[in-house]
This record gives sequence, C-alpha cells and structure tokens, in this order.
Amino acid sequence: MNTPSSPIRSTRTLRSHLARESMLIILIVMCIALSYFEPSFRTTINLLNVLRQVSIIGVIAFGMTMVIISAEIDLSVGSAAALAGCLTAVILDKCGDQGIWLSVSLPLAVLTTLAAGFAMGVFTAAMRNLFRVPCFITTLALLTGLRGTAQYITEGFPVNLPPGITFLGSGDILGVPVPALIFLVVFMSVHFLMNYTTFGRSVYAVGGNAEAARLSGIDVWRIRVWVLAINGMLAYLAGILLAARIGSGIPTAALGMELDVIAAVIIGGTSLFGGSGRVWGTLVGLLFIGVMRNGMTLLNIQHDVQLIVRGGLILVAVWINQTTLKYNSERSR
Amino acid sequence: MVGATLKAIHIRKVYPGTVALNDVSIAFAAGRVQALLGKNGAGKSTLIKVLSGATQPTAGSIEVDGQTVVLRSPKHAFQNGIATVYQEMSLIPELTVAENILFGRLPRVQSLFGLCRFTIDWPAVYQRAHEVLEELGVSLDVKQQVRFLGVAQQQLVEIAKAMSFRPKVLMFDEPTSALAHHESQSLFRLIRKLASSGVAIIYISHRLQELREIVDTVSVLRDGNLIGSIPMTEATPRTIADMMFGQWLPQQRPANETANNKTVMRVSHLSRRGRFEDVSFTLNRGEVLGLAGMVGSGRTSLLMSIFGADPIDRGQIELADKLIRRPSPVVMKRAGLGLTPENRKEQALVQLLSTRDNICLAGLDRISLRGLIWHERQRPVVERTIDDLRIDVADITTPVSVLSGGNQQKVVVGNWLNTKPLVMLLDEPTRGVDVQSRQQIFKLIWQLSRKGISAIVVSSELEELVEVCSRILVMRAGRLVAEVDPQGLELSDLITLCMEQ
Repeated sequence: MNTPSSPIRSTRTLRSHLARESMLIILIVMCIALSYFEPSFRTTINLLNVLRQVSIIGVIAFGMTMVIISAEIDLSVGSAAALAGCLTAVILDKCGDQGIWLSVSLPLAVLTTLAAGFAMGVFTAAMRNLFRVPCFITTLALLTGLRGTAQYITEGFPVNLPPGITFLGSGDILGVPVPALIFLVVFMSVHFLMNYTTFGRSVYAVGGNAEAARLSGIDVWRIRVWVLAINGMLAYLAGILLAARIGSGIPTAALGMELDVIAAVIIGGTSLFGGSGRVWGTLVGLLFIGVMRNGMTLLNIQHDVQLIVRGGLILVAVWINQTTLKYNSERSR
Repeated sequence: MVGATLKAIHIRKVYPGTVALNDVSIAFAAGRVQALLGKNGAGKSTLIKVLSGATQPTAGSIEVDGQTVVLRSPKHAFQNGIATVYQEMSLIPELTVAENILFGRLPRVQSLFGLCRFTIDWPAVYQRAHEVLEELGVSLDVKQQVRFLGVAQQQLVEIAKAMSFRPKVLMFDEPTSALAHHESQSLFRLIRKLASSGVAIIYISHRLQELREIVDTVSVLRDGNLIGSIPMTEATPRTIADMMFGQWLPQQRPANETANNKTVMRVSHLSRRGRFEDVSFTLNRGEVLGLAGMVGSGRTSLLMSIFGADPIDRGQIELADKLIRRPSPVVMKRAGLGLTPENRKEQALVQLLSTRDNICLAGLDRISLRGLIWHERQRPVVERTIDDLRIDVADITTPVSVLSGGNQQKVVVGNWLNTKPLVMLLDEPTRGVDVQSRQQIFKLIWQLSRKGISAIVVSSELEELVEVCSRILVMRAGRLVAEVDPQGLELSDLITLCMEQ
C-alpha cells in the first residue's frame, strides 16, 4: 500500500519551461533582429545605455513587484521619486554643500530621504491595516500630495545639486554606469528576498490568500508594512538617482513614471491580482521596454509613433503572457 | 398519491464521481406542510436544486398538477408554480420593498403613444406590492428600502416575492436559522395560513421542535435514496434518527488511544457576543475531543476564537499551563495550537501556490534556517509529509488547486503538523473528502493522539464524531449543553441532544 517516495520531484518539461519564459524568448528574438537591422545596437556603449535608461524605473519596479505580488498597489511612486530628488537637493542646499561639509551633509540628505520613503510606505500600510483604506486610494492621494510637497519645498524651482553627488547618476565604475550597478544590486537583493527568505514566501501567501495566510499564523500586517516600506524606500532611492543624473531636484520630474513601472511589472508576468509573479520576470520586462525604446530610437522612428507602438506592445506582451500561463496550468492538470 | 400538486418521479442525479440522488420518487400535496430531512450529503440539497430548477436531473421527471414539466431554470420553475424562499436572502438591499417583491416584473406606464414602455408606473408598483402583502396579512411599508429592515422582515419580503407568483408549491430552506423565537412563531402562523389556502409547502429544517409545530409529514433521505415518509405524529427523535442514519455500527477505535489525565488546554468562561456564551472545558494530553452541534450552533466560531482568529469578549484560555494573554493566530501557533479551518479553499490553502509551498506555509519559520529558505531545505519536510499522510501528488511544484479534495485536506493537516503542535483544532476535516481519505484522516488523528497530540474535532457528521472521538461535547445555540461518552452511545440520543430546543 505504501507508495514509494521517489517520484516526488519536479516533473517540469522543457516545453513548459519555454512557455514560462516566453517574454525572455521574445526579448532575445528582438535583440537578434535589432542587431541585424541596426549594427550599432550591439555596441557595448549602446547596451550599457539601455541598462542606464531602465535602471531608475527598474529600482522602483522591483519594489513594485513585491507590492503587486502581495496584492496591493502603489500609484504614488512617480511623485515620490520627484519629492525624493527635491528633498535631497533642499537638505544639501540648507546644510551647505561645500568642501568638507559635503561628506557630512550628503549622507545625512540621502539617509533622511530614504527614511522618508520608508515612513511613507509604513503610512500606506497603516492606512490599509488600521482603517482598511485600500492602498489604491491612499497612494492615489499621495500621488497628488507628494507632488505638491515637492513643489512646496522647492517653491516650484529646480534646486541644483552639488557636483559631488552627480556621480551617483552619471558616473561609472569600471565602465559600468553607477545607476546600472545599483539597479543590479537591487535586483539581486529583492530576488533573494522574495525567493530565499521566509519573508518573501509569506508575501506570496499573503497576496495569494490573505485569510489563509492569517490562519496559518503569518503576521499579515507586518508583511504588508515591510513590503510597502521597502517599496517606498526604493522609490525614494530612484528619485535620488534621477536627481543626481539631471543634476538638480526638479519638482516636475518623473511625471507618470508609476505607469511605466507598473507596465514593466506586468509585462514581466506578475499578476495584478496578487500571489504570483517573479522578480526575474520584472527584470525581463524592464529590458524588454528598454530595448524596444532604444531600438525604435536607433531606427529613427518618430516619437509619437513610438508611443503608439509601445502601448500596443504592452497589450500584446500581456496577452502572450496570459495565454502561455493558461497553457501551462492546463497542461499541469 | 391522489391530489399531489408536485411529483418527482424516479429522479436520479449523477455528479462526476458521485450519485447524489438515486431514483427518488416523492410527492407533495396541496395544503400540506412536508419536511425534508437528511444529514449532509444525503441528497437533500440536490433534490431542492432539482425541484427549483437550479440543476437538471440526470434521469426522471417532474409533474406539476399531473402535467410533466421540464424546469429549465429557477425562473422557469417559478413560472410553473414552484417558488423557493432561500436561506440566504436574495433581496437587493438598496431597493424598496415594493421593487424587490415585483423585481423583473415592474408594471410599466401603458399609454403615451407607446413611447414610454420603459417608464415604470410607480403608483401601480406600490399598489400591487401592497396587495400582495395585505393578502399575506403582513404590514410593511412598501416604500421602505430593504436594507433598513430586520432579518425577519426581510424574510417576509422574500415570502411575499415568492407568493406574488401565486405558486402552487413553496419551498423553505432553513427559514428560521436567523430568526429569534417570536419571529419564528409568526413565520409558522404565516406558513400555516399559506398551507390552508391550498399551497403545498416543502420545509427544510433541522430543528426538531419546530418541525413538531408546523409539519404534517416528514420525508427522510439517506445516501441519495428516499427512506420513507411518516406522519409527524408518529415521528419520535428515535425514529427520525434511525431513518436518517440507518443501521449503523461504529468502527472499533484502536484501544490504546485512551488519553492520560494531564490537562493540556483549559478554556474558561469563554464568550463572544452573539456567537457563544460561557464555554468552559478542559482538554487532556492526547485526547480526541468531539464538538457536536447543528450548523449555526457556534462550533466554528468557538474554534476560530480559541485560535485567536476571531475576537473574544470574555473568558480565558490556558495552554500547557500558561495563560494566553492576547490570542492571535501568530501567538497561538507559537503556543502550540493548529487550526484546519472549515472552508479549505477560502481559508486554508493558497490556491496559486504549489503543493510544496502550501505544505510549508504554517511551519515556514520552523523549516527555515534563520529566516532563509530554499527548495532543498524544504524537500525532506515535504517528502515526509507526503509519505506520512499518503498524499497523492504527481508534481509538488504544480498549484495545489489541481489536487482532489481529500488530498488538499491532507495538505492542510500536514502543513500544520510541521509546526509540531500540542493541540490540533480540526473544523470539518472530512468535508468534501472521499471515503478512503476520510478513513486515513481518522487514522491520522489516532496516530497523533498516541503521540500525545490532542485534537478537537468539529463535524456535522455525528457518526464520525462517535467513531473518532473519546469524548463529545454538545453545543446548542452557543452554549455547551452536554458532555457524552461515545462508548455505547446511541446516535439518536446524540442527534436529539443537538436538535432539541
């Protein structure tokens, strides 16, 4: 009667693997096609450029992936990034950014800004946990409110950053742009967090079925607080990088960035309903967007047409994701 | 049967894997109130679904007043004179009483050059609704929004809605489950009145006392068969229980599960307003304690509150000689409590996640290495769980939703066993589970008992409790009313204890 215990292993087939990575395959095909039609695409400089372009959105997108997997959403990340840049610039401006002072005021400004991002996430989670205000609503309010705060503290004008900090935005280490390095570090950290820690597994459980998670003795509130706090911190970090690249804190920066971020997460195969998605998928989604944008620019496609194509491709990508996922789950039945 | 208004003839209903109704023929006569009884899974609800047009029988036919009809949909059943008053209200709270009664059939303004066919004739709506209510002898403001009404009044609207179709047959599905005593009394008067006006009434309830008050005939279903119909005057609790459960011999429990006398959990004067009152009991190490009672008696609420998932108003819980200060699932898990909730799908499993992840849900912290976790680390735990519980799963990485009910339940139980609990709270552990898995789950409970792990088992299937438990507490209307020893217990005595009011 006793069944042998050996066959309890994954029996995933090559085909289902391919279906799971359909976005990656599309990305690779796109890269090969671009290299063929536009040889300048494959140059190291251009590829690093793609990486640099997606890195700021990317830092936010990894946080957003966690948020969406936990079945929440954050619409305020664009405004948050703008505020973060302004906040850093204003603190540096007030504390003095000359000579030796910079080594004190710079860490102070960066850490204060990151702490503000953390607090903002905690606030959103508190509204969700204590007053049952959906994150959609709270962050919609923050979308407007944070933008206003950014304009308030800068009085509507760009605030210049000292040259020392621009290294974060446009410098490079061994030829690799600094934001791209930060982007890769954030990717690896969030990937590790979501796949190799009890915290990450709990995020999937909370997003998949919060009631079941609660009845499994998982502290659902604490999970939500941490997810949103980490996401807030990453959004503010991206804001600092953005300001560092531009060279000043601009209150109107990153307008509508939340939509690009959410698009990347969804192209990466994360379900808006929560409970399923991969950090790795978001990386692919980001590169897809980056390569697409870069390729169209290289091919001299005019900007308005680019926007239309980008919109269409997002739909197509999500549709492909959905059908392959469906195919996968039907095969496993 | 002469004069039968509604006749079901040789009804058979087969669902994939089970025969829900096996050749049931039953008749309902005008002017009579007839009760349908049967334990869960006896085919009662399937029969109601067939008669109300919610599902189609696999074989057999239905006659209304001697005419064969095919009930394609609930609406079609209404049109054929078979109306149902549902247990869960089907009213729209934002609309008025009148709109709800006449919903879908609101009178329209007639003339105006035929242009205004879509304009509602409000005076006519209120007039018609008023007439319907008056006929029932009910006084309600027809312009009142339904959400402002109490449960009993909403039910009257529900009945008025059904009666506005002038049905020949009216079905009530557990109509008093949400009513207070005096509200039930006026409902009974109304039902009597309807019956005397020539409507055939089908009445479903578990409350024996109220059956005695209004029912003429009792029909009992068991395992998809109609066991028989007897006049209520001849129906003692004993005869009803015998009909519901048949010749039933409890399986012999393994002998050595006798619990020792060390108390592992003590619940004192636990209360939650509106759910349960002043519940006190102790649980010994290795004991399997049953919690019997009808649906709505507070069994599930009690388990949820003990586990800290629902609040408590008064009382305290001691676990392993420690007083639990502020119970929550997190605290209770740490203290050694596990709960397999009533609804596996909604409350216990994360359907999107794999079998592996669902087995490692509650015990995640225990399985991890200081918060770190990876597949190889989960593997021995998952394999042991699958082996011990004989979970039939082809691939542990596919979503748990593809498993059968029995295997899903074993995943839920296994998930909790990985937390090394002292006490398991099992709410309906065999619901929707096939016979073989059911036996395996029982054996598992006994095995745990031998290892010193106690269990509290809630089940609507009383014979299961008698079979699996070493002591049974009976709950009725939120209170513990009796404690019985399953050894030598007559099932009919237990069911009587649960049903009496």
